[in-house]
Amino acid sequence: MRTIYADNAATTRMSQTAIQAMLPYMDQIYGNPSSLHSVGQAAMEALTDARNRVAKALGAANAREITFTSGGSEADNQAIRSAALWGKRKGKTHIISTAFEHHAVLHTLKKLEKEGFTVSYLDVHENGLVTPEQVEAAITPETCLVTIMYANNEIGTIQPIREIGAVCRKAGVLFHTDAVQAVGHIPVNVQEDNIDLLSLSAHKFHGPKGVGVLYAKRGVILSNLIEGGAQERGKRAGTENLPGIMGMTAALEEAVAELPETMPKMAALRDRLIAGLAEIPHGAVNGDLEHRLPGNVSFCFEGIEGESLLLLLDDKGVCASSGSACTSGSLDPSHVLLAIGRPHEVAHGSLRLTLDRDTTEEDVDYIIRAVKDVVEQLRNMSPVWRDLMAGKRQFVIE
Amino acid sequence: MALYSEKVMDHFRNPRNVGVIEDADGVGEVGNAKCGDIMKIYLKIKDDKIDDVKFETFGCGSAIASSSMATELIKGQPVSEALKLTNQAVTEALDGLPAHKLHCSVLAEEAIKAAMKDYYDRHGIAYDESQFPAAHDCEHCGV
Repeated sequence: MRTIYADNAATTRMSQTAIQAMLPYMDQIYGNPSSLHSVGQAAMEALTDARNRVAKALGAANAREITFTSGGSEADNQAIRSAALWGKRKGKTHIISTAFEHHAVLHTLKKLEKEGFTVSYLDVHENGLVTPEQVEAAITPETCLVTIMYANNEIGTIQPIREIGAVCRKAGVLFHTDAVQAVGHIPVNVQEDNIDLLSLSAHKFHGPKGVGVLYAKRGVILSNLIEGGAQERGKRAGTENLPGIMGMTAALEEAVAELPETMPKMAALRDRLIAGLAEIPHGAVNGDLEHRLPGNVSFCFEGIEGESLLLLLDDKGVCASSGSACTSGSLDPSHVLLAIGRPHEVAHGSLRLTLDRDTTEEDVDYIIRAVKDVVEQLRNMSPVWRDLMAGKRQFVIE
Repeated sequence: MALYSEKVMDHFRNPRNVGVIEDADGVGEVGNAKCGDIMKIYLKIKDDKIDDVKFETFGCGSAIASSSMATELIKGQPVSEALKLTNQAVTEALDGLPAHKLHCSVLAEEAIKAAMKDYYDRHGIAYDESQFPAAHDCEHCGV
């Protein structure tokens, strides 16, 4: 049976370029970059090279603005903590964010609220977008930080980051963006986009797991999450994950270089998939269709539950994900779907398919047939669907 | 997927007794769409035995498997035996459920009991109320 991996927002398959880039740093250039001897200095040289290349790929002014981390979550935590500490010293304890951020951001903000900060969570509307005007209106003299994700991990909507960044800069407020889903998928340039702090994760763009970047614009002072040695200019202790960093750097350069080719190709497949799934009655796409990641397809189908949908799709070789409670590991369905106004019962029937640069038209057509079959199969045994069809329950999605 | 036992996957992929009994003697529905699972059980009772049983379920893999297994366990049984069905029996018959899915087996037990109670009510049969404790409140949405 064929396997179609359509869960690239969860993680991606590593590219051969990235794998090959890592290998020499396991058994040949294996030194500790902090060591003074030649073996260590060879490693330091590679680390410096990687930092320069990552800075260039992100459009950063200086390699010193790049801090290597263990991934997106650590970068999010450190960015927000650093900005909050800076704010607190100036008596500014207000933060602006949105209701549908990643939990690495939301849970950090919840902790800060317990520590005396106030957080405004902006409405993301039914289309999953915030506006620069909303940000501008929410900024007060007490605001120290705005943190808004570049692109949403579940519904793929892309925020007007450049414009939001401009609003923040004008107001003298730090601007952080969780760009974990955006980097390597759409053009991101920290200077042109007016970004002060940015988080990214390598495994979302065909790099290795366990490595990421925190970009911090010159002048933005980072505070440590991890104390110890003087690595990363003293801002992130721990011997550098050099194989991971080299793999990430190669994957990033490759993904960015291929954007002109991969973006339109993936967007066309995405739109084909959306059009195919839109034929299923009482289902609807989640999030704006225009401002959307090239590989993201997200739907809600009435009368069914997402986990059973995923299991049956897996039986047909399609790997997908859902925002239902049973798949989120909590009792509530995805906070993202609730934030765009999907009622609980509809959010339970969600399906996310995220494509990559190797997805083919045949894959997409196979997925469409598989989803249609499975949705019908589950609806045929669903008392909710029976009630909806009998008019005893109102459809939310016409 | 290793999340579930082979038994659970078998009953999920090939659920037994799916459907509706139009002239059912008792119907029970438990759960809540807001929480993501609803089970509906239809009973046909003849000579004090479960002559036929069907179910419809909106829910996750373990909810569908629990409904299927519960119907298998009571089909053909005397009413008195069917009333003794417990969620533990459903779970054991499925070779276990993950801890956070145990509520699915509870729902299955409750759905069967709700259908039995409906049968008694419809047919004016006296019964001991304590056999049918109120379905547990959903801890989550308070329904």
